[in-house]
Amino acid sequence: MNLDLFLQYMVAGVTYGTIYGIVAVGFNMIYNATGIINFAQGEFVMLGGMTAVTLGRFLPLPAAILGAVLITMIVGALLEILFIRWLHRPSVLRMIVITIGLSILIREGALHIWGESVRALPYFTGTSVTSIRLGGVYISPQVLWVVGIGAVVVAILAGFFRYTLLGMQMRACAANRDAARLCGISAKNMVTFSFMLSAGIGALGGCIVSPITYVQYDSGVPLAIKGFTVAILGGLGNSLASAGAGMLLGILESLSISVLPAAYKDVISVAILLGILFVRPSGLFGSVEEARLKEF
Amino acid sequence: MRKQGLQIAGFATVVAAIQLVTSLTGNVYHLTQLTMSAYYSLVVLGLCILTGYAGQISIGHAGFFAIGGYLSALLTTHDLSAHGGLIVSGLAAMGILTRRPDLYGGDLLTVHPWPACIFAVLTAVAIAFAIGGPVLKLKGHYLAMATLGFGIIVYRIVLGTELVGSADGIYNVPAFPLLPGIVVSGKSSLRVMNYYVAWGFVILGMVFLLNLVRSRVGRALASIHGAEDAAEAMGIPTARYKLKIFVVSAAFAAVAGVLLTHYNGGIGPSESSVMKSVRYLAIVAIGGMANLWGTLLMSLLLNYLSLRGYFGTYDDAVFGGILILIMLFAPDGLLRRQLFEELRAAVFPAGGEKET
Repeated sequence: MNLDLFLQYMVAGVTYGTIYGIVAVGFNMIYNATGIINFAQGEFVMLGGMTAVTLGRFLPLPAAILGAVLITMIVGALLEILFIRWLHRPSVLRMIVITIGLSILIREGALHIWGESVRALPYFTGTSVTSIRLGGVYISPQVLWVVGIGAVVVAILAGFFRYTLLGMQMRACAANRDAARLCGISAKNMVTFSFMLSAGIGALGGCIVSPITYVQYDSGVPLAIKGFTVAILGGLGNSLASAGAGMLLGILESLSISVLPAAYKDVISVAILLGILFVRPSGLFGSVEEARLKEF
Repeated sequence: MRKQGLQIAGFATVVAAIQLVTSLTGNVYHLTQLTMSAYYSLVVLGLCILTGYAGQISIGHAGFFAIGGYLSALLTTHDLSAHGGLIVSGLAAMGILTRRPDLYGGDLLTVHPWPACIFAVLTAVAIAFAIGGPVLKLKGHYLAMATLGFGIIVYRIVLGTELVGSADGIYNVPAFPLLPGIVVSGKSSLRVMNYYVAWGFVILGMVFLLNLVRSRVGRALASIHGAEDAAEAMGIPTARYKLKIFVVSAAFAAVAGVLLTHYNGGIGPSESSVMKSVRYLAIVAIGGMANLWGTLLMSLLLNYLSLRGYFGTYDDAVFGGILILIMLFAPDGLLRRQLFEELRAAVFPAGGEKET
């Protein structure tokens, strides 16, 4: 493999890595608020992409994306209110099974609404063959959009959690739910809000990558698995680390294509997931002592 | 023990009665789906003991089913005559190869179904043994994700490997002569016999599992489900018991995979999909988690309805919906064994004394 080819793979890896990172940030947000893993996280990405494509038929692109994000946020809030909010101290097993069930229902719903066809948003600038040449590497402008928007999302989130009242309330709930409630914070509303935010971020991710990766009713599952791999890799609950881990997985995956058949691409990330779970469940950047005290 | 014998006898009577009714009313074709339901029930029963009794979730059981089915299918269809060589002649000398004509009148040299079956099940067991150790150390989300990951790996490998037919799967799998005169095959003339063979396997499995849960092992599993740390403190080697039961339940899935593949004459990648694993889990949940009989009845009913196509295009949605409803409203499973006692207590509040 020469240097240019290597760099080309890196570009592809970073593109995919960004979307994995975005899914992982969504995982972490709900995990921090509730201590549960939302197995339906990938479905938010799919819903965002599909809704935007449909809205894009009669709305300009930015409005279609905004509409898709808002609709997915409403879906996220509804899921939480209907299926999770009123459960009294549910066990982890129960929550896993419920969110798996939800992901199936959303997927089947999407199948009945949109059918099996593969869709995509148009490229934000130029067409699928437009490319920018940087040294020996060709980069589609969409890649810059993906990476740029991904970076902006992470930056805005970091600011949101650090400086806004709502963000601080959410962090307080994540740190100590009971203490936060004693301070007058409605922990239940924070959970609903974290589902909304996480759904919105997923939907935005689904919109920005759909020109490159396409979207169809079942594209959520592999994204959920990879997002989870990344979340674990970065240490569950640590959003910034998961953005970095996303890049790592994306790059590993795209380099693996040069060694293994492309059909096995997903096997690589799942094998990494299993490896991490077996060897170091606290994640690459997480603390082992801390992980022992958590209940997974 | 006597109660258990009566239950088994009662169930066998029901199985026979269903056959008689369908034969007398001329609806024998129903037996085909009921036979397939029986094999799926084997997987579900194995999962019931793992998830329901020992409390260890698995969203990857379709993977073990597929390992069994695919290996047996591959060995019994892959033509070895072109390979020649020492290994093939060695296998032939051991008498585990068999010749049969193929569809086009040619000659196929393949592995006989019996050694293929044994190899397939042993491989599944070995894989379960190898991954069981590290997987079962995990709990909660991590255990769910690890088993799900295993299922996805199997699915992606069978889907991406040309040797096992990629998206088409393997077809033209030969019948499986179990014993002289007893053949696992989808031929319509053998339909009634296969119905009894399949349910015979289920009853055998049921007897084994019912005895297992009443044994020292079963009590240890119940204690692991209740409080793993406490069980460990009582001196129960929890890791060893969990691994044992994981291997047993993987073996059930693999045997079912082998038999159903020979019955259907083929296997496709959808058998290893995540949806199948979720479906097995949904059946265990609706069957009452730690309730083998409830699980068996629900498996018979739901698999039959699903295979006859009653759920139409909503097939997967039905099982997803079942999972959510059960977990929202009856997280300990629907047909719990205590359910009947609770109902009785609700109807007759004064300790079962009836007003006259």
